[in-house]
Amino acid sequence: MGLFILRRLGVMLLTALCLTFIVFFLTNLYPNLEKLAKTQGNFRMTDEAVASWLDDRGYIDNTFVKYGRWLGVAPGWVTEKEDGTITGQCFKENAPVEERPTFCGVLQGDWGFSLVFKDEVSSLVAIRLGATGKLMGFVLLVMVPMSLIVGVLAGMREGSGLDRSLSTFSIATTATPEYVSGVIFIAIFASSAFGLKWFKGSATQAIENATFENFTLPVLTIALYGMGYIARMTRASMTEVMTAQYIRTARLKGVSFGNIVLKHALRNALIAPFTVIMLQIPWLLNGVVIVETLFNYKGFGWLLVQAAGNNDIELLLAVSVVSVVVVLITQLISDIGYVFLNPRIRIS
Amino acid sequence: MEALTWTGPLGQFLDPVLYVLSAIFLVAIVIQIVLGLASGGSRVVTNPDGTLSSAGGAYDFSSTATRWLGLGLFLIVLAYVVIGIFTGPQVAGIIGGMSQQLMPVWIALILTFIVSIRFKRKLGLYGKLFDSTVGMIGFALVMFWVYAGVMAGLFDWITTHDSLSQVSGMKNKVPGTPMRSTEDGEYAWYLLGGDNLARDVFSRLFKGAWVVVQIAPLATVFAFMVGITLGLPAGFYGGRLDTLLSFLANLILAFPVILLFYLLVTPEIVATGIPNYMATVLFVFPLIFVGVLLNSRYYTQPSFRTPLLIVVLGIMGWIYLSLISDGGTKVAVLPEFLDLFDIDPGILVVFVSVVFVNAPTVFRIVRGLAMDIKTRDYVAAAQTRGEGPWYIMLWEILPNARGPLIVDFCLRIGYTTILLGTLGFFGLGLQSESPDWGTTINAGRRLLSAYPHPAIAPALSLLTMVLGLNLLADGLREESLKD
Repeated sequence: MGLFILRRLGVMLLTALCLTFIVFFLTNLYPNLEKLAKTQGNFRMTDEAVASWLDDRGYIDNTFVKYGRWLGVAPGWVTEKEDGTITGQCFKENAPVEERPTFCGVLQGDWGFSLVFKDEVSSLVAIRLGATGKLMGFVLLVMVPMSLIVGVLAGMREGSGLDRSLSTFSIATTATPEYVSGVIFIAIFASSAFGLKWFKGSATQAIENATFENFTLPVLTIALYGMGYIARMTRASMTEVMTAQYIRTARLKGVSFGNIVLKHALRNALIAPFTVIMLQIPWLLNGVVIVETLFNYKGFGWLLVQAAGNNDIELLLAVSVVSVVVVLITQLISDIGYVFLNPRIRIS
Repeated sequence: MEALTWTGPLGQFLDPVLYVLSAIFLVAIVIQIVLGLASGGSRVVTNPDGTLSSAGGAYDFSSTATRWLGLGLFLIVLAYVVIGIFTGPQVAGIIGGMSQQLMPVWIALILTFIVSIRFKRKLGLYGKLFDSTVGMIGFALVMFWVYAGVMAGLFDWITTHDSLSQVSGMKNKVPGTPMRSTEDGEYAWYLLGGDNLARDVFSRLFKGAWVVVQIAPLATVFAFMVGITLGLPAGFYGGRLDTLLSFLANLILAFPVILLFYLLVTPEIVATGIPNYMATVLFVFPLIFVGVLLNSRYYTQPSFRTPLLIVVLGIMGWIYLSLISDGGTKVAVLPEFLDLFDIDPGILVVFVSVVFVNAPTVFRIVRGLAMDIKTRDYVAAAQTRGEGPWYIMLWEILPNARGPLIVDFCLRIGYTTILLGTLGFFGLGLQSESPDWGTTINAGRRLLSAYPHPAIAPALSLLTMVLGLNLLADGLREESLKD
C-alpha cells in the first residue's frame, strides 16, 4: 500500500510538472507576450519597443530557462538599464545588494505577481479558493445526499414506476449542462418575465453574506448536473446488490423489505458511488467556472476566466497547479478509498 | 396585425383540457409512487429471477390510470401540432405557426419511423431500437434536430427571416410580436421574439441547429478514430506503450476543459498556428485507421490490396490535405488549385479542441475493452491461425467491442454538443454573430432577468437534443444487452 501511494505521488508530480510546462509554453508564445506587453505598456508600442519591454523583463529567454525560474531552480532575471538602475525578478528596483535573492520561484514559496489584479498571486488564489470552497461545500451538501437517495430509491425495485420516474429525472439532469439549467432557473425564478422573483439572479453578494436568496440558484445549478450521473451509478450498484444471493436469503428468512434495503443492501451498494463522487469533483470544477461566470460570483472559476482571458501568466499557472492538484488528489483518494471500503480487496 | 399568443384562439378550447389533464397526471404519478412503496396488490406473481411480487389491486389500477392519462396528454399535444400545421399562426398561435414552419421535418420524421418500423426485423441493432419506447423517444428527438438543422441550413426551409438581418422596432420583443410593416411574402411575426440586436430568435435557433449538427457528430467520429487507433494497441500489447499512452491520456484529462479551451482557442494562439498543427496530427488518424484496416485484411492478396489502398488512401489523403491546408494559415502544403475546400478557421479551431478533449476518454474505453476481449478464445484461435496483431485488433477485437462503443458514441455526441455550447458560452472560437446555441445563450444572458426569451429558446433546444441522445444511448444499451 505504501509503495502504491508513493508511486502514485510520483506520477502526480510528473503530471503536474508536464501540465504546468504546457500551460507555461502556451502562455509564453510570442503573440501572447506581445499582447501582454501592449496591455501592460501601451497599445501604440512599436515592435522594437515591445521587444525591449519584453527583454528587460526576461520574457525573451529560452522557455526552459523561464520555466526553471518560475519553478525556482534557475536564477531569476537581472537587468541593468543604461542609466545604471538594476531591476530583477526577485527584488525591487535598486534594492541593496545583500537583499537580492538569486532564486524566487514556486519552490521558494513565491508564486509571482498578477499583472491584471496588481496583487500577489498566492493571496489572490487563496481568497478566491476560499469563496469557491464555500460554494463547493454547499454543492456537495446538496448533491451527495440527494443523488444517493434518488439512486437507492430507484435501484431497490428495478422497473417499478418509482424507478422509471427517477431514472428519467436523472437522465434529464445529466443532459442539462450548467449554462442551460442556470439560464432556465434565472428566467423562471429571478426574472421579471415570469414574475416569481423568489431568488436573485446574481450571487455577487454571496461572497461576504451568503443567504438563501442569493446562493440557492448557483448551488442548485451545479448540484443538478453532477447529480444525475452519481444517481445512475448508485442505481446500477443498488440493482446489482438487490439481485445478490444474500439478499434472497434475507428475503427467505422473512426480513422486512425496509430492513433488507437499509441493513443488508445499502452498505454494499454505496462502495461504487464513493469512487464516482470523488471522480465527479474535478468535473464540478468545470461547472464552477460556468456558474461563477453566469452568476457573477467572484471565486476560483471567475479567477480562471479572468487569468485566461487576459493572459495573466503567473496567475494562470497558479490556477492550473491548483486545479491539477485537485484532480489528482481526488483520483488518489478514490483509489485508496475504494481499497479500504471493499472488504474483498482489503483482506486479500 | 395583432400579437400572437402561445396557442391562439385554439387554446381557448384546448388549454383548459391540457391544464386539467396534466394536473391529474401528476397526481396519478405521485399516487402510483406512494402506493408502490406502501401497499401490495391482491395477486402474487413470480418474477423471472425467482422472486415474488404482488400485482393487481390499487397499485395496478393507478399504473393503468397513469398510462392512459399519459396517452391522453400526448394526444392533446399532438392536436396542437397537427391543427397548427393546417391552420397556421392565425388559429393556433405561436405553437401553430412553429409547427407549420416545421412541416417538412414532421414529414421526414413520419417517413423515417414508418420505414424503420416496417423493416425493423431486417435492420439489426437499429431495428431493435424500435422495440424500446425510451429508445424511440430519444431517436425522435435526435432526428427532429438533425432534420431541422439540415433543412434550415442547406435548403433554407424552416426559417422565417434572415438570421442576421436586424429589423427596427423588434429589439427584445416578446414571442409572437408582429412586424411593423411587412412586404409581400415576408413572414408577419417574430415567432419566438427578437433578440437584443432585433434579429429573429426562431430563425437563429434553427440556423444554430445546423452548426451543431455539422460539427458534433463529425468531431465525435474523429475522436473515435484517434481513440481506437491508439487504444487498441495500448490494450492489446500493454507494457511500455500502454504506460506511455495512458500517461498522455491522463495528462489531457487532468486539464480543466475550460482552461484548455482558453489556451487553444484565443486569437493569439491561433496566430501561432498551433491549432493547425494539431489538426495536421489529429486528422491523420482516420487515414492510418483505414489504411491499417484494409491492409491487415487483404495483405495476402497483393494484387487486390495495392490498387484498393492506392485509391482509398489517395482520395482520403486529398481530402485530408485540403482540410488542413488553408491559404491564410501556417499550414499551406497544397497549392491553391488543388485545394478542394477551405474550412472557416474559427470552426477548425473549435473542431480540433473538441476532438482533442474527447479523444483521451475514448482511448481509455477502447483500451479497457481491448484488454478484456484479448483474453477470449476467438482471439487465441486467430493467433493460432497465424493472423497478425493488427488483424486481430481490427477484425476480431473491434467488432466484438461494438456494443459499448456505439452506446458511448451516442452519449459522446451529446457531450460534444455540451462542449460546443460551453465554447460558445465563453465566447470562444466562433464569431459573435454566429447563430450557434452556445453563443446565443452567451449573448442573451446579459439581459436574462429582463428578457429571458432569447436565451431560453437555445437552452431548451440544447437540452432536448442532448436528452434525446442520452435516451437513445439508453435504449441502445438496453436492446444490445438483450441478446
